Amino acid sequence: MNLTLKIWRQQNQNTKGRFETYQVSDVSPDMSFLEMFDVLNERLINEGKEPVAFDHDCREGICGMCSMYINGRAHGPLHGTTTCQLHMRHFHDGETIVVEPWRGGAFSVIKDLVVDRSSFDRIIEAGGYISVNTGNAVDANATPVEKDKADNAFAAATCIGCGACVAACPNSSAMLFVSAKISQFAELPQGQPERRSRVLNMIAQMDKEGFGSCSNTGACEAECPKEIPITHIARANAEYLSATFAAD
Amino acid sequence: MELNAKIPDGPLEEKWTHYKGTCRLVNPNNKRNLEVIVIGTGLAGASAAASLAELGYQVKSFCFQDSARRAHSIAAQGGINAAKNYQNDGDSVFRLFYDTVKGGDYRSRESNVYRLAEVSGNIIDQCVAQGVPFAREYGGLLANRSFGGVQVQRTFYAAGQTGQQLLLGAYSALERQVALGKIQLFTRHEMLELVVIDGKARGIIARNLVTGQLERHFGHAVVLASGGYGNVFYLSTNAMGSNVTAAWKAFKQGAFFANPCYTQIHPTCIPVSGEHQSKLTLMSESLRNDGRIWVPKQKGDTRKPNQIPEEERDYYLERRYPAFGNLVPRDVASRGAKERCDAGYGVGASKMAVYLDFSSAILRYGRAEAHKMQMDHPDEQEVIRLGKNVVAEKYGNLFEMYEKITGENPYEVPMRIYPAVHYTMGGLWVDYELMTTVQGLYALGECNFSDHGANRLGASALMQGLADGYFIIPYTIGNYLAGEIRTKPIPTDHPEFEKAERHARERLERLKNVGGTHSVDHFHKELGKIMWNKCGMSRNAQGLQEAIGEIRALREEFWRDVRVPGGLDELNPELEKAGRVADFLELGELVARDALERNESCGGHFREEYATEDGEAKRDDEHYCFVGAWEYKENAPAELHKEPLNYEVMHPTQRSYK
Repeated sequence: MNLTLKIWRQQNQNTKGRFETYQVSDVSPDMSFLEMFDVLNERLINEGKEPVAFDHDCREGICGMCSMYINGRAHGPLHGTTTCQLHMRHFHDGETIVVEPWRGGAFSVIKDLVVDRSSFDRIIEAGGYISVNTGNAVDANATPVEKDKADNAFAAATCIGCGACVAACPNSSAMLFVSAKISQFAELPQGQPERRSRVLNMIAQMDKEGFGSCSNTGACEAECPKEIPITHIARANAEYLSATFAAD
Repeated sequence: MELNAKIPDGPLEEKWTHYKGTCRLVNPNNKRNLEVIVIGTGLAGASAAASLAELGYQVKSFCFQDSARRAHSIAAQGGINAAKNYQNDGDSVFRLFYDTVKGGDYRSRESNVYRLAEVSGNIIDQCVAQGVPFAREYGGLLANRSFGGVQVQRTFYAAGQTGQQLLLGAYSALERQVALGKIQLFTRHEMLELVVIDGKARGIIARNLVTGQLERHFGHAVVLASGGYGNVFYLSTNAMGSNVTAAWKAFKQGAFFANPCYTQIHPTCIPVSGEHQSKLTLMSESLRNDGRIWVPKQKGDTRKPNQIPEEERDYYLERRYPAFGNLVPRDVASRGAKERCDAGYGVGASKMAVYLDFSSAILRYGRAEAHKMQMDHPDEQEVIRLGKNVVAEKYGNLFEMYEKITGENPYEVPMRIYPAVHYTMGGLWVDYELMTTVQGLYALGECNFSDHGANRLGASALMQGLADGYFIIPYTIGNYLAGEIRTKPIPTDHPEFEKAERHARERLERLKNVGGTHSVDHFHKELGKIMWNKCGMSRNAQGLQEAIGEIRALREEFWRDVRVPGGLDELNPELEKAGRVADFLELGELVARDALERNESCGGHFREEYATEDGEAKRDDEHYCFVGAWEYKENAPAELHKEPLNYEVMHPTQRSYK
């Protein structure tokens, strides 16, 4: 396959970026999207040019580090798939592919396609945990959890923190990310003691970071590589409301 | 130098209790004034950082990723072992200990393994308390499954994403301490030097990967939890960034490197598809609970798998190992696949693959479901449909991942799998307290060598990482730091800090200034080929000698001809890679030397010269029942030291899974 790539290049946080156009040839349909970038970078290095910086690590769809906006979609055209798991067999010969970094109020470009997502960590710091010190735990089977609830908690906990939800959202809202964590702990008996403070603190931190509000467009759900549904957002809103009233 | 493992006296089952009861403690007021550096935020690093901070120490935690949640523990799939005996199937601390020592082919330290088994149950308790959503039965209690190399069900799991869930638990504990001000977290930072002052580890030089700036950090102690070195093979199931640099810098500062030749080749990975391949993807070993491995009985058979009738298939693991069948340990399963492919029975375009087939399991589960639903004569289509649903519930995410990568649907056609480098049992030598040969420098998790011997059993890496971080280092580090309460923080303008920073800077400049013609990846791939072909699943003396020569030549070429674009004072992924590959080019030689030195076959180290008549590994307990620990020498080859392994409880025998 031969492809034309239009890629966002930006030297650092303080400079303006622009699109650059590259031709790549002999792309195998069995390559992953990132392996196609490896091929491009190898060529740029051989030509004495600077390769494209992009975030990636596990390349098996679980670390959440890869983050490209491909042809106007977070992680590209395939449903429920991270960029590293996207393979070139889903593109056709001669196609032009536009690749941009995540964009969104609280995410800023560090270089080329690499963005700063540290705001997500600060949201977790605000309450995305259960306060239990090592050594305090009782026997694991002392607290049974209904299978349905455990399964729901697991489904919410599969979020990889990649930020596709923010990138896809017209308001740059982080509600899908935040609500999945709130939902996970709200389902479990272990999460009950801090249930109220957790939702209030996490939402407050989300606002403080500059993420937008949710207006139920559903774009986050459509682009989430782990297919986390927006029902979690409804749940988080309910949790937030009841926590607000209960706090008074 | 005499290696002293500091194993406590007394019977095996009382050693840890005795140690905990007599080790020195640090008063809470003093803990506040003691600083600990932790490198890496995987299961071992995150759990250690969080637990130490909870105790009151001031912790500085470092990772090269953009978030602590992304360390490669996140990709572990199958599960975590613990001797809970919830299934009432005969499990116990002793049996987990026994299986681990046997699985490790009698090359691990009894006392460490016993302690690991002892704390395994606490890990599950701790994780459940953190809200880790393990799989559960309808009664609300935890579910278990079995894993290769054992005959009990002791593996706890969260679908095929156990590592992710455990790491997010440890990560949330870590972030909680960040919020409390007890941990300072440095993401996108990479350790480039260890600072040793008067024989004690006292800090690190780290590079801020965004600005390129070199930073000096002091610690009363330094804990390395920086993972394994599987990427010395270029292609492996490790993450692209996984590297040996932190451990290698420690090695050069006096920490011995133990058993580097013990590398684990995982039997069930997606085969290589072409030259562009950048990494290999694991298909969890749990698949072997239900998948049957086979190749055609006829050499070079080109028929599609579904066209090959049952009687023309060779289920070679079931044939050779009737007692364990498809559930033999990883090293045995991997060699079985290699043997069949080398003999010409491989499948797929490359002929370097075997089938992993779920059709029997789909039928078996489908019939059971039909029976539950009281369907008397279900047609086959219905049975298959029901069976697929059950298989999807157990392994759905793995099947999807397989289909994304290969474009084939494993519910319809058997998976093609082949072994790939997955885990390294070797690592920094540590004593019972997990301290290296440098005072105050600790190594945890995959970074150390201690618990898995020559081969690691499935679902034991997560167990060891969390055992080290949650339950071992919090005690053992106190025993050391109790002697450091009078040590004031050493200012980072100390000459040793200056020297270390100069070292790091000069090396970066040197890499940048080579200005050659080939990319870093070019050299990494070449190294990987040498390692895989001559120091991989099977090794021989001649090949290893050749490998040593070829690696030396490649290293020289690298320093003459590598091209590193970009600057030093900015985000520069090529520069990061260059430093890591330069270290791999040194480590690779040590791996080959260690393999050459060990004239026996054991676990993941298979020397062709040392095999039984039917091709099984042949150990030499008389001469090689020791830990091989290498000491770095400036301007001379590394020197081998031996820690004899004394088996007081277990009696080494030839492993049999027949």
